[in-house]
Amino acid sequence: MQERLKQKALELLENGTADRILGWKIGEFFYDLTPAVFKTRQEIQEEFVYSPFAGANLSKYLIAESRKGGKVAVFLKPCDSYSFTQLLKEHRIWRENVYVVGVQCGGMCDMEKLRAKGCEGVLSVGEDGENIVVETLYGTNVFPRAELLEDRCITCKSKKVVTFDELIGEQGTELESDRFSQVAQLEAMTSQERFAFWQKELSRCIRCNACRNVCPACSCEKCVFDNPGSGVRNKAAADSFEESLFHIIRAFHVTGRCTDCGECSRVCPQNIPLHLLNRKMIKDMNELYGTYQAGADPDTKPPLTDFTLDDEEPSIVHTRGGQ
Amino acid sequence: MKHDPLIPMLGVVTAIRTDTPDVKTFRVTGADGQKPFIHIPGQCAMLSIPGVGEALFSITSSPTEETYLDFSIKKCGCVTAWLHQMEVGQQITIRGPYGNGFPVDTELTGKDLLFIAGGIGLAPLHAVINYCRHYRDRYGKIDIVYGSRSKQDLVDFPEITEQWCKESGINVHLTIDNPQPDWDGHVGFVPNYVKELNFDTAKTVLMCGPPIMIKFTLAGLMELGFSREQIYTTMELRMKCALGKCGRCNIGDKYVCKDGPVFRFDQLDELPDEY
Amino acid sequence: MKKIAISKLNDLFSAISKEKVLYIPADDGANQARFTPWQEGLTLTDKLNTVRSAKDLFFPQVENLVNFKNSGKAIQIIENRTEPQPFVLFGVRACDCRSFDILDRVFLSDPVDTFYKTRREQGVVITLACNRPTETCFCGVFGIDGADPQGDVTCWMDEAALYWRANTEKGEALTAALPMLTDCAEEAIDPIAAKIRSILSKLPLNDLDLTGFNRDRMMELFNSPQWEDLSQSCLGCGTCTFVCPTCQCYDVQDFDDGQQVRRFRCWDSCMFSDFTMMAHGTNRPTQKERFRQRFMHKLSYFPNNNDGIFGCVGCGRCLQKCPIHMHIVKVAKALKEDLK
Repeated sequence: MQERLKQKALELLENGTADRILGWKIGEFFYDLTPAVFKTRQEIQEEFVYSPFAGANLSKYLIAESRKGGKVAVFLKPCDSYSFTQLLKEHRIWRENVYVVGVQCGGMCDMEKLRAKGCEGVLSVGEDGENIVVETLYGTNVFPRAELLEDRCITCKSKKVVTFDELIGEQGTELESDRFSQVAQLEAMTSQERFAFWQKELSRCIRCNACRNVCPACSCEKCVFDNPGSGVRNKAAADSFEESLFHIIRAFHVTGRCTDCGECSRVCPQNIPLHLLNRKMIKDMNELYGTYQAGADPDTKPPLTDFTLDDEEPSIVHTRGGQ
Repeated sequence: MKHDPLIPMLGVVTAIRTDTPDVKTFRVTGADGQKPFIHIPGQCAMLSIPGVGEALFSITSSPTEETYLDFSIKKCGCVTAWLHQMEVGQQITIRGPYGNGFPVDTELTGKDLLFIAGGIGLAPLHAVINYCRHYRDRYGKIDIVYGSRSKQDLVDFPEITEQWCKESGINVHLTIDNPQPDWDGHVGFVPNYVKELNFDTAKTVLMCGPPIMIKFTLAGLMELGFSREQIYTTMELRMKCALGKCGRCNIGDKYVCKDGPVFRFDQLDELPDEY
Repeated sequence: MKKIAISKLNDLFSAISKEKVLYIPADDGANQARFTPWQEGLTLTDKLNTVRSAKDLFFPQVENLVNFKNSGKAIQIIENRTEPQPFVLFGVRACDCRSFDILDRVFLSDPVDTFYKTRREQGVVITLACNRPTETCFCGVFGIDGADPQGDVTCWMDEAALYWRANTEKGEALTAALPMLTDCAEEAIDPIAAKIRSILSKLPLNDLDLTGFNRDRMMELFNSPQWEDLSQSCLGCGTCTFVCPTCQCYDVQDFDDGQQVRRFRCWDSCMFSDFTMMAHGTNRPTQKERFRQRFMHKLSYFPNNNDGIFGCVGCGRCLQKCPIHMHIVKVAKALKEDLK
């Protein structure tokens, strides 16, 4: 797969389709890939990588890249293409300056899971059928690939590349996914249990803002949490409620626009399952307004910006007030 | 309990003078009515209003004033806006003094001094000028070039015209950006005026003002034949601790709050151009 | 040299925590370790290191400095700081232990930060040699020995026992209060240390070469054309800063809780866009300048002011945690290319 992407990148650069390529750049190890813009044949040949560790969603970079003039080609995995399409819908990406190559994805691997298996000192990985072979300073380990998949990939919602100029590999389809099952588990808890769950998870938050900064739906020019006049303290838990508020406000703000790409949970240095907040919002929206998938198409209006006379009017005050 | 340098002391604003439409000068003493601390001209202090914020200001008064500190402050942000609306008798918090100050008792003694200031940039130099006036025999000739947008924007105008201008051995050269009816002095920007005045290069220069003024005045001084070792300026960056620790005012391997704010241009040449 | 059987570790922890608060690295239920106050039942993690570094114990993410009460024109300054209780920090790795030296150079230099100083005075640091260094470790580049860390007490572990060597007066005093530690020969740790060193010698990042990062190359490093590419994907988050054991920049903010104004200090990051923001703008307007500041500070500015000691200890946290994997090793290697 990597070779096909590389050849495609070289071809697009050479036939003038694009003057630069947005992809993943090789790191010190096999897993520490960095999103990068490639401008020369040599850079692509020596540094371009596509592997089960190319988890980073490149679509948000296109907000800036598409405004720089010239044409940028980008490789989008199916879930990345949902983010891309949603950003198109929000007029954040200048489509005419982007050439999209859709790529199929067999699910991305998670280094955290490898480390959780006690695998330290990893030097290289190889693929052997459905197994991943890991060479470490302490010997060789073999794991079924499925055991190393990122959580978001285990509950993959779609293998369909929504928006593309060309595809590498077959077009995929939307999948039956049980991605809301964990949300349902949370819903089944008592409110005290649920509060305790989130209290425990969010108490680890270090306010690094990685979730916000990586989120394709968080594309405000200036975030309210960066505004000293807003009355919130963006860097510190001035009171114990702050971290939770940050994440809940963010979840509300991206509701209807969050495609469930899962980047927030992938980048969280404290392993907080932030995507569950967003999934809860998506699940509620689906139940209240009919199934809606953000980024699934460039045209439909998200339920929260649409209005019909039959709209549900959920009200915590109403229902919990016992009226 | 140990007293931490981040913990301020109480101060009281004992007088407020309106200098220009957006500059006021605040006279501050400790809660006991005494001067809060002794400083060197060019040093700064952290003033704060709890709940609004803390910010670093250069001390405008000369250390030779024995009972108070003055701060000439331009209204431009949160803290300054709050300071501008307060009344005499208001308590604030104060800590300091911070920074190196101008080398008034070493490198500057015996020298002919040329002060160049633009707008609120007079504030830190005001302390040096009055210090030099107090110890007049320690310094040579003094020239002061001071410019602002208009006559109304000249800070300390009464003191300049009634005291500085009348003292022998001090030449004051005022200028404003545009002509106006009640102004018969020079009109034009500071950098050009400095060149027109064609100072002899034996002088040591102390300069403070907006970055654009500094840039062009420096170029003009170079044309006149001054060297960068002869020219001092004082810098302003965002600061939180003023103790050389919080990292905000770090430029190269210097901390402006601790190693500065006063630098010679030859020293600045060795630092990244990030100010 | 002292030792205690691994099966008796619980007794050791129990005895220490009778006198002082004991922190040990323990699993936090989210597949990671953090320094946690010991209580009956808490066990040592198998993980190599904690995600949040040990600096938290001396320089917490948020701490109250002083309170104020405003009433009319009057202000009341309320110094309500609580002095830290004596504590023991067990299981600190060699890299984190060196980070304390680096933090000391900042906080204990004149004027001394008394909040930090009292915690340093109250804390006893017990280090633990690294039995299983991982591929992101590069402490050796900074002359740190994972097989023989510093600290008030140094410990080594094998399957059978924990070996214990007091290095300082504080360490001796703690040792004297722990009768369950029995004497053993100095040589007992040799096979453990030898095994660790054989792994350390094979670490893939040992080739990181920082020669030439001198004061006279500062401007050359600053002006390197590499910064543009290195910083291009940086998200501007604070992950690297907040997991870093040596990052110590902070912010001071006021919080009005309705009764009093609390002035608190919190970690800050030079990667954040508002770090140097003033009323009239910022001197580091793009992520390139902010990114450059962080790495220049560690690789050039800090060593220039501190006898050549780099502001990095090779703990590898940023290598594992940066969302885009743009870490200090990549930066240093790219800059080094330029210096040639």
